[in-house]
Amino acid sequence: MSDTKKLSIIGFSGDFDKLTAVFTLATGAAAIGYEVNIFFTFWGLDAIKVKQGRSPVGKGFLPKVFGLFMGGLKSAPVSRLNFLGLSPKIFRYLMRKNNVATLEELVEAAKELGINIYACEMAMHILGIQKSDLIHEVKDVLGVPTFLQLSEGGQTLFI
Amino acid sequence: MAKFNLDVTKDHCPMTFVRTKIQLSKLAPGDVLDVLVTEGEPLENIPRSSTEQGFKVLSITETEQKGIHLISIQK
Repeated sequence: MSDTKKLSIIGFSGDFDKLTAVFTLATGAAAIGYEVNIFFTFWGLDAIKVKQGRSPVGKGFLPKVFGLFMGGLKSAPVSRLNFLGLSPKIFRYLMRKNNVATLEELVEAAKELGINIYACEMAMHILGIQKSDLIHEVKDVLGVPTFLQLSEGGQTLFI
Repeated sequence: MAKFNLDVTKDHCPMTFVRTKIQLSKLAPGDVLDVLVTEGEPLENIPRSSTEQGFKVLSITETEQKGIHLISIQK
C-alpha cells in the first residue's frame, strides 16, 4: 500500500445535492493532498457531459429521449422537494448569497486540482453515450475491475 | 521571489483550502502567498495541510480585524 492518501467516489446520482456532495468531498480531499478518483456511472454521467443543459445526447432514439429528460448538470434536480425544478434554482441562489461554492464552481475547482475523473463503460453503453459526449477531463472509460484496482488502499464512497 | 495575496475570509469549506491550494500550485518555488483567513476550520486546516504538502508556513499573525488572521506560506 502506498503512502498517498486516497479517496475514490462512485458518482451514481445525477441529483444536484448529491453531486454537490461528490464535488465538495472530492475538491476538499484533493486540496489537502489526497489522490482523488471519481467513477461516474448511470445518472452521475449527467454531471460530466459536454452539453450541460437539456439536450438529446446519446446514440439511438431511446438514449436520446433519456438524455433529453435527464438534462445535464444545469438541470439536475434535488433529491427531495424538487418542486418541478424550482429547488435547484433556490439552492443556487442561497449558495451564492452565502458565499458557498456553487456546483459549477466546485466542478471547475475539481478540474483545476487535477482530480481523476472516470466514466463507467457499461452505463455509457446502455445510455448510448460516447466518450466525445463527455468533458475532455474524463481520464478514461473504465469497468469495475479497473476501478477497484485504482481505489485499492484508500477510502471509497458511493454517492 | 514574488509575493501574492489571497483573501478567503468570505469563503467556506472546501473553497477556503481549495482556493489556497490552487493559488499555491500556480506559484514558482520560493514565492510567498499571504492568505487572509477567519478563525476556526480555515485557520487550523490551511497551515496544517500546507505543511503536510511540503509548503513552508512562515508565520501566522492576527490582523487588526478581530478574528481575521494572516497566514504566510512559502512554496
